[in-house]
Amino acid sequence: MELVRISTAGSVDDGKSTLIGRLLFDNNALTKEQEELVAKKTAEKGWEDPDLSVITDGLVAEREQGITIDVANIYFSTDTHKFIIADSPGHVEYTRNMVTGASMAETSIILIDARKGLLEQSYRHFYISHLLRLKRVIFAVNKMDLVNYDQDRFLEIAVEIQRMVQGLNADVPYTVVPVSSLKGDNVVKQSENMTWYQGKTLNGLLHETQPDVSGTKPLRFDVQHVTHSQENGFVDYRGYSGRVISGTVSVGDTLRVLPSNKESVVTEIRRYTETKDQATSGDSVSISFEDEIDISRGAVLVHPDQAPEPQQSVSATVVWMDEKNANVGSKWLMKAGSREFPVKLQTILQSVDPTNQNAAENKDVIALNDITEVEIRLSQPGYFDTYESNKKNGIFILIDPQSNNTVAVGFIK
Amino acid sequence: MKNQHLYDLENESIYILREVASQFKKPVLLFSGGKDSIVMAHLARKAFYPSRIPFPFMHVDTGHNFPETIEFRDAFMKELGADLIVRYVQDSIDQNKVQEETGKYASRNSLQTVTLLDAIEEYGFDACLGGARRDEEKSRAKERIFSVRDDFGQWDYKRQRPEPFQLLNGRIQFGENVRAFPISNWTEEDIWSYILQEGLELPSVYFAHERKLVKRDGQYLAYSDYLNIVDSDEIEERTVRFRTVGDMTCTAAFLSDASTVEAVLKENVASKHSERGARIDDKRSESALEDRKKDGYF
Repeated sequence: MELVRISTAGSVDDGKSTLIGRLLFDNNALTKEQEELVAKKTAEKGWEDPDLSVITDGLVAEREQGITIDVANIYFSTDTHKFIIADSPGHVEYTRNMVTGASMAETSIILIDARKGLLEQSYRHFYISHLLRLKRVIFAVNKMDLVNYDQDRFLEIAVEIQRMVQGLNADVPYTVVPVSSLKGDNVVKQSENMTWYQGKTLNGLLHETQPDVSGTKPLRFDVQHVTHSQENGFVDYRGYSGRVISGTVSVGDTLRVLPSNKESVVTEIRRYTETKDQATSGDSVSISFEDEIDISRGAVLVHPDQAPEPQQSVSATVVWMDEKNANVGSKWLMKAGSREFPVKLQTILQSVDPTNQNAAENKDVIALNDITEVEIRLSQPGYFDTYESNKKNGIFILIDPQSNNTVAVGFIK
Repeated sequence: MKNQHLYDLENESIYILREVASQFKKPVLLFSGGKDSIVMAHLARKAFYPSRIPFPFMHVDTGHNFPETIEFRDAFMKELGADLIVRYVQDSIDQNKVQEETGKYASRNSLQTVTLLDAIEEYGFDACLGGARRDEEKSRAKERIFSVRDDFGQWDYKRQRPEPFQLLNGRIQFGENVRAFPISNWTEEDIWSYILQEGLELPSVYFAHERKLVKRDGQYLAYSDYLNIVDSDEIEERTVRFRTVGDMTCTAAFLSDASTVEAVLKENVASKHSERGARIDDKRSESALEDRKKDGYF
């Protein structure tokens, strides 16, 4: 079974909840309780088609206001794949939640109302997918039933999308699919109302495998915890426990420890009672060395020939997630992997307007939901890669040391 | 070949458990003896091996548990070599901190919040590991991996910290604590598949057995001294298993012959009923769990 992480963005008006409901319904993935709820709400409303929108929104406030406020994680599986959908809100005031939802995904589904075409938030959703360098974007042009399944209307929107993608110089692969969530066209079942569309259904697209290349990147191993033990028959076990952020490590490799720059040879890679010859991107393991060297939480293990240059300051795009504004000189804690250290905002370059690329704004404050290019000075050397070259080693969060809130997520440029 | 998606989930959970051990001064693992907390404990064993699990376990005992669960709990703790703290809801009742519910549907499930919060304060725990899963219920689906609770243990969805790329921020003010959920992204099916794969033992109530039952509102409850029996209840003896194991007073049984993990897994998938359907407490209202969570419940 393959695990696929998807994010969806849109507001209730786009029919996002109905689309997710339809995806589950036609994949026969609703529980009996959900089926009963759908039947009950459909009867209450006196609808001809099932009301599939009632499955997702989970908070009392969301049901009351009819909007999605926070990311919900929805799980379903088919015969071959397991899916986790991060169902994210579409409104601008919840941009931070949208970014959080999309950060774990490989694919994002952007919903477009066939009657309305691209809206401001479509640009925003696409910009975020592009900023996060998702592997693929699927534009689901929804409510095709309300435009009489008209091919010309679909093509008009496809052209608008093409223009938006080109305007951003975005190289993210994308697909446009005409659907009706309410009626079920092209979600799981191939539409009989749109025989002019020869492509895959949304479900078919989601089942396409996206190759993972993070194992071939340079090794970055983040030490979370030092395991030292004389138990379970071990005389003097010392292992550096953490996760392979990217790349591959093998027994016998010489690794360099950052920031100490000491080097030693890997003698063992352990996961519980099992020892392995190799560990690759994503693996949680413990690594032991030939020499006794000083390694603590926050150390980064790399191959000496592929070591990142230490950085005193970084250029980054930050998405601001806090009500409190930021100014030049503001100080926070930066958390990157298991390292945490003070940093200072040195320069605000410009804020991006996702809906209009030419309208970059020069401002001296960063406010909630702004997407801003900045320079940040680090109190300790950074060992980042650019987000573009190695996603998982190109990100950080900023923490307000007073409120302890996570105030921003940053992407290294 | 090993199951890749279970391996991915295991990687993620081990990462979270190690973050908890490193970011907090005094974490505790909340252990109920149910299948989810057993899986979480097993993952903790994997995360720190060959060391012992570097935090104690705590069970908030309502006094209404299945005896089979308690028996299993004690044996399992011995096997793990873990320190177990037990705190009793009965003590909170005796100290007049909470009042026992009355009537047909009386349960101690929501009372345990007070006992839990008192224990957190008594020991100064700054992080509580819980085996909640997001697929269980709609408001759970919204919860972060690190869920910050104030002095009163309250959950406020507006204060939830964004967790982009699973960068977990566990910094808290004095008096606050974090509920950490390492198996957030596991589904019920994943849990059972993993139990099968790892050969984990479970309390016997999870498998088909003969039992004296009370039939009420179309559901079967275990017969026990804790249940307030009313005239309309029917007493029957049937072969059942429990799919979710909470208190005897609020967990419904399924008629089933499934006596192995394989059989249970197959039957659950085929049934299409959700696990929480057997939690009678959640049926009190559409937002029953969200309301309890706001009050500091897990």
